[in-house]
Amino acid sequence: MKARVHVMLKDAVLDPQGEAVRHALTTLGFADVGRVRQGKVIDIDLATTDRAAAEAEVRAMCEKLLANTVIEKFDIEIV
Amino acid sequence: MKAAVITFPGSNCDRDLARGFELAGAEVVQVWHKETELPAGTDIVGVPGGYSYGDYLRCGAIAAQSPVARAIAAHAARGGYVLGICNGFQVLTEMRLLPGALMRNAGLKFICKPVTLRVATTDSAYTAGYAAATEVVFPVAHHDGNYSIDAEGLARLQGDDRVAFRYAANPNGSTDDIAGVLSPNRRVLGMMPHPERAVEAAQGGTDGSALFRALAGVMASA
Repeated sequence: MKARVHVMLKDAVLDPQGEAVRHALTTLGFADVGRVRQGKVIDIDLATTDRAAAEAEVRAMCEKLLANTVIEKFDIEIV
Repeated sequence: MKAAVITFPGSNCDRDLARGFELAGAEVVQVWHKETELPAGTDIVGVPGGYSYGDYLRCGAIAAQSPVARAIAAHAARGGYVLGICNGFQVLTEMRLLPGALMRNAGLKFICKPVTLRVATTDSAYTAGYAAATEVVFPVAHHDGNYSIDAEGLARLQGDDRVAFRYAANPNGSTDDIAGVLSPNRRVLGMMPHPERAVEAAQGGTDGSALFRALAGVMASA
């Protein structure tokens, strides 16, 4: 199975990089741009074919390493 | 005082930190990140600045999972001293030995300059050599030094007098101007500025010497 993890800063945490991207987009003339948040996507190949097991394993990976839950949140997609 | 200074792939302040300890009279052992045990009799572990593992994933995140990190955690759990500077501070927060996290600087720029700090508490082996509210100048050199902690965690740090240093003029957006924090038992210190780069006149200042000397004094009397 394949898992895709999205890691984003928590909503309450300021994202200076997203803010810089927003500023650059408006400079380029994209006047419609509101808030921008920047995150990470991590793709993981897994040996298991058990969807629930895959999700549980990836959740543990997120909590132990892939996200810093002090400042970040994560979403897991099993595909 | 016996100090173990860790070297990760990408550490670049390990020799500076070793020199800081040596000038205070310490016996220093350099320890490679693949070691699973610290040298016998280690009093204090120094986790140096640099770019461990290329800052992949998050600064300090991979180092926090390295074999030596488990030995450092065990040392801290025994009540041992741990000093993490710059990337070392990031590693200690990623290990959850210290609360909070170091985020990208608010201004997004890498900052490399001497900064003025205020000693926020003298109640630690690291800061006992300074008078209360003393101003010291240490260099900073970081891209991710923006200390972030939630309101509850901040209240705990403040209530327990665990902020060790504050910036006189906040360079990076850190919450409450925090430049360094202590663990609940006050034996683990993480800080972004570099006291080990302020221990010899040739470095432009010696304000960091008192930190290493105070540590040596505590170890000698222990």
